Amino acid sequence: MHPLVRMVLKRVLLGLATLLLVCMIIFLGVELQPGDAAQALLGQDATPESLAAMRQELGLNRPLYTRFSSWIANSFHGDFGKSYANKREVGDLIGTRLFNTLFLAALAGSIAVPMSLMLGVLSALYRNSPFDRITSIVSLSFISFPEYLIGYILILFFTVKWNLFPSLSQVTPTMGIFERIYQTLLPAITLSLAMSAHIIRLTRAAILNVIASPYIEMAHLKGVKPLRVITWHALPNALAPIINVVILNLAYLLVGVVIVEVVFVYPGLGQLFVDAVSKRDFPVVQSVSLIFAATYVTLNLLADVLSVVTNPRLLHLR
Amino acid sequence: MVTWPAFRRALLFPPLSAWIGIIVVAAYILVAVLGPFLSPHGETEIVGAAYQPWGGPFVLGTDNLGRDMLTRLIYGARNTTGLAVVIAAIAFVIGCFPALLAATLGGWIDQVLGRFVDVVMSIPALIFAMLFLSFFGNTIPVLIVVIAILEATRVFRVARSVAKTIVVLDYVEAARLRGEGLLWITCREILPNALPPLIAEFGLRFCFVVLLISSLSFLGLGIQPPRADLGSMVRDNATLISFGSVLPLLPAAAIGLLVVAMNMIVDWISDLASRSKR
Repeated sequence: MHPLVRMVLKRVLLGLATLLLVCMIIFLGVELQPGDAAQALLGQDATPESLAAMRQELGLNRPLYTRFSSWIANSFHGDFGKSYANKREVGDLIGTRLFNTLFLAALAGSIAVPMSLMLGVLSALYRNSPFDRITSIVSLSFISFPEYLIGYILILFFTVKWNLFPSLSQVTPTMGIFERIYQTLLPAITLSLAMSAHIIRLTRAAILNVIASPYIEMAHLKGVKPLRVITWHALPNALAPIINVVILNLAYLLVGVVIVEVVFVYPGLGQLFVDAVSKRDFPVVQSVSLIFAATYVTLNLLADVLSVVTNPRLLHLR
Repeated sequence: MVTWPAFRRALLFPPLSAWIGIIVVAAYILVAVLGPFLSPHGETEIVGAAYQPWGGPFVLGTDNLGRDMLTRLIYGARNTTGLAVVIAAIAFVIGCFPALLAATLGGWIDQVLGRFVDVVMSIPALIFAMLFLSFFGNTIPVLIVVIAILEATRVFRVARSVAKTIVVLDYVEAARLRGEGLLWITCREILPNALPPLIAEFGLRFCFVVLLISSLSFLGLGIQPPRADLGSMVRDNATLISFGSVLPLLPAAAIGLLVVAMNMIVDWISDLASRSKR
């Protein structure tokens, strides 16, 4: 078998094992709770007969491992059970919110990635110039600031002072794409500012690392223009760590999204998760954290595999 | 890697950025320790109407319930940093020692601990923390244990990789050959020389814990009212932002300033720790 295929298979298996363990934690955490789903759905004053009937209907009197496997199987089919809080299907609650969150994350990613790659390349090109220093200081402080500080500063200026954007992102399923982008832009910019710092710093460092090699000096001596040396000669060899950090930051968006959605009252998965956690609405908590976990593990896997694909030397470590 | 005496000597001469960081962090520690004496009112005392303006009897005005904002800020900083120090310390103890053992012993213990840590780290800390807070209820002890365990996995990663580079050195081998026990080797041979990078890691963990606690509190899942906390203060007063007031930004900026200052110190220490022996 080709070593690359073997490595990818190994990583995929490891990722699946991780996901399985996370599923177990999510499942067992709810199992440990006093009371069960039938009790939660019917309320405290349910008769023993109706409780027994409900348990039968939900399959709660089956052994633990059958319930675990059917929970996973059902989740893959999009059947996440009923919310304790409002008795609605969790699948219905998640549907449009998942799309909203993905839209926000996609918009944030498409702002942050090109912007921070460009800033990273430029600060490598003009290293130690005032431009480089300012970029470095600003990006360092954005790493250290909590996301809601950035969000509220943006609201203060763009909404309250200049009245350019709405402070609450009201998105509805029927709105047009441009209206949707307009409503989502401010939270997306907040997320991009929070995530771009890592990408900028790593892009700069990766390019500077490559620039020290003799072939770059050769290119300079040949008379190639500095910008072309960076984009044409240095960037391809610096790509592996950059791709890695970009994907890891896309995975980070999941965390950022929870806080930013609360700041802008954006109707996404993050808000739903926060509400569910504070109400201890376990079916919703389980399914949302499962979605988050699956996305995160997948993106990490992708980062691993892509960094090996772009830098085959990593195959022969150890 | 730098030796411990050389590291200790270099600690006496911080550069300018580290000085700024040290002064700011020292100010926070002072405020945290002296909080009850510095603040003009009690932590949860309602002293006037809600949302009083700045100046006058209340330097920074009052919050959404009519509590003095300056007092709340002082107590908020006290609670947040105090809790963060406790959590970071616990995370360090339960992360470091297994890591040193894993690095010294190797074999299946190393494998099992490593895999466990991989699983915990494969999910973002905030999501995991929210998950566990929903399972066990959001009380302070649960908060401490959950965040300490989550952060301990990150400490484990760093401590193990540092210890791995030391385990193979000659003096550890010499200690093994003269028949020293496991405890001696980990605590007397490996730990002192792993300390410089671990100190930098402690500062970094502190930053992450501060951000994590205040994010949870901001979401309403961390420190519960009426205790003051920088994160929940942002949440409580957030409506003021639509009237153009910077009040809700103050507690958030207090968090940002602390984390930036700590990062400046961490940058300096990790730079020292990674400097090669001269």
